[in-house]
Amino acid sequence: MKKQKSALLALPMAIWLLVFVLIPIGVIVYYGVTVTGPDGNLVFSLSNFARFADETYLKVFLRSIKIALYATVICLVLGYPVAYICARGTERFRTIVMLLLMLPMWMNFLLRTYAWLSILENSGLVNRILGQFGIERIQFLYSEGSVIFGTVYNFLPFMILPIQNVLLKMDDSLLEAAYDLGATPVQRFLRIVVPFSVPGVISGITMTFVPSVTTFVVSQLMGGGKVPLVGDIIERQFRVVSDWHFGSAVSVIVMIVIISMMVLMNKVDKSDVDERGVIL
Amino acid sequence: MDEHIIELKNISKNYGDLQVLEHLNLYINQNEFLTLLGPSGCGKTTTLRIVGGFESPAEGDVFYRGTRINDLPPYKRNINTVFQRYALFPSMTVGENIAFGPTLSKKLSKKEIDRQVDEMLALVNLSGYGNRRIDTLSGGQQQRVAVARALINRPDVLLLDEPLGALDLKLRKEMQIELKHIQVESGITFLYVTHDQEEALTMSDTIVVMNDGKIQQIGTPQDIYNEPKNSFVADFIGESNILKATMIRDYEVEFLGRRFPCIDTGFGENKPVDIVLRPEDVELIPVREDRPSGTVVSSIFKGVHYEMRIVCGEDLIVSQSTRYVEPGSSVSIDVTPENIQVMEPSDLTPTLIAAKKAQRVRLEVRP
Repeated sequence: MKKQKSALLALPMAIWLLVFVLIPIGVIVYYGVTVTGPDGNLVFSLSNFARFADETYLKVFLRSIKIALYATVICLVLGYPVAYICARGTERFRTIVMLLLMLPMWMNFLLRTYAWLSILENSGLVNRILGQFGIERIQFLYSEGSVIFGTVYNFLPFMILPIQNVLLKMDDSLLEAAYDLGATPVQRFLRIVVPFSVPGVISGITMTFVPSVTTFVVSQLMGGGKVPLVGDIIERQFRVVSDWHFGSAVSVIVMIVIISMMVLMNKVDKSDVDERGVIL
Repeated sequence: MDEHIIELKNISKNYGDLQVLEHLNLYINQNEFLTLLGPSGCGKTTTLRIVGGFESPAEGDVFYRGTRINDLPPYKRNINTVFQRYALFPSMTVGENIAFGPTLSKKLSKKEIDRQVDEMLALVNLSGYGNRRIDTLSGGQQQRVAVARALINRPDVLLLDEPLGALDLKLRKEMQIELKHIQVESGITFLYVTHDQEEALTMSDTIVVMNDGKIQQIGTPQDIYNEPKNSFVADFIGESNILKATMIRDYEVEFLGRRFPCIDTGFGENKPVDIVLRPEDVELIPVREDRPSGTVVSSIFKGVHYEMRIVCGEDLIVSQSTRYVEPGSSVSIDVTPENIQVMEPSDLTPTLIAAKKAQRVRLEVRP
């Protein structure tokens, strides 16, 4: 009786997952493995996948992975100290920093990125200030660097929040115990804090890496079309070329690659699988 | 003379306006099991944390074998701590937790560390548990891992902050004996913090009773129990009857409207004092003119003895005896001279008496 009731409670969730997750993925996979035949009907074919094995596409794909990796590593290096300082700081300090971090997120994604365009463009704010000091104009935009910058800017909070959440759960007495047993501050950080924060780091990496690989807004604006990413290929197939089959196939490939990378990463730290759950 | 391994001189500590410790002086002898006992907020944990180096005193000095160590960080003190909630490292196994200290210094070979870990596991009765994960252990086992982890560094002093607080009664009693055993076996000085008077009486060589950031009494468990220095100590350690009294002259004290012979001297003549009578020392005798008398209002069977409550004028006296006395009967109260503990009067006494009375009356009313 009780079991039936709880099964009933899960029903809305099940319907949600079916309608908004499973069916769309099914449709994408279906489009990916079909092409329009000569008679106008859809026929099974793997040619979409074969098309992707072209040097141009593979280059774009590898670039996407590379840029996402750089962005993720930079987010981790910048975000971890912030998360650590916030978690160790007072409630008040934490609220202020979190507010400052979240404030830009309440603005539209596109708008925020446009704002950086006007700051970094050739006649933008930075170059004008540099000009005052007689420094020649620097071309910031439309490079891999600017795309990485935009990605880091947009996804940094997603790295900080999960790490901070995990570190907040760490009892002060753990640090005192390490200190007491003879650990120097560095040893204490490396041997106690870092292992403790692994679940947060993994979800932080996931939450920055995945959207970084698939973004196309950042690469189009900050890269000015000169640094196309795999997201751009997909977007182009749907909106410009209208080849939904190829676009779907590329989506499926990206999905498989990302899932494989995540599984691999989870294997690295399987010691506390039960504590995580959420990230994959 | 014993060597003072730790000495606290004139220590004061405050958190903002809150005075936690006031001019505290204390020394700990080599190989001693010393317990800081007191209610929560009395400053006992702060004292322990000052010895451990986690807090620094606002005033006063901490000495370790005669050397001032106020500014020495915890990891440079040859003192280790067992924390209240154990603070075991969740990402490490039992063995890795215990080995944490020795692996930091890199002075010992892996083989030697393994040997020491096994030795520690045996000492705390956990042989074979080295590869277990922390969260698979029970509270009592985690407690013992925490002790082993602190002892492997061979500290001169082990600090224990209410280490048995989270365990159930039976386990707590077992661990009391085990801890005492470990202390004797290892020959390490223990500084123990608790609010549980029974725990303190069972294990300690010396008990330091604290209240409001001040030491109330230092002594052996027997001293503290039999000769409390003031009404606070008497009340905190064991069941007690605390009464306002008058010292008539040496060897004679008046309470409950009658004069009793006693063994105390030096309080002066006709001076107000506090006295404490342990319930087991209060004898109920047939009514006698020269002894205070009253009516038994309840007799409760407690296992080893009966507990009688006697209304005696304004006061409510508790007496414990193996002999049952019918409620409603009139009795007199007698106490042998050596069982009357005379103490300097304390401001705290009226409050304590009122609180005790309220508590006892409440017990009476219960159906």
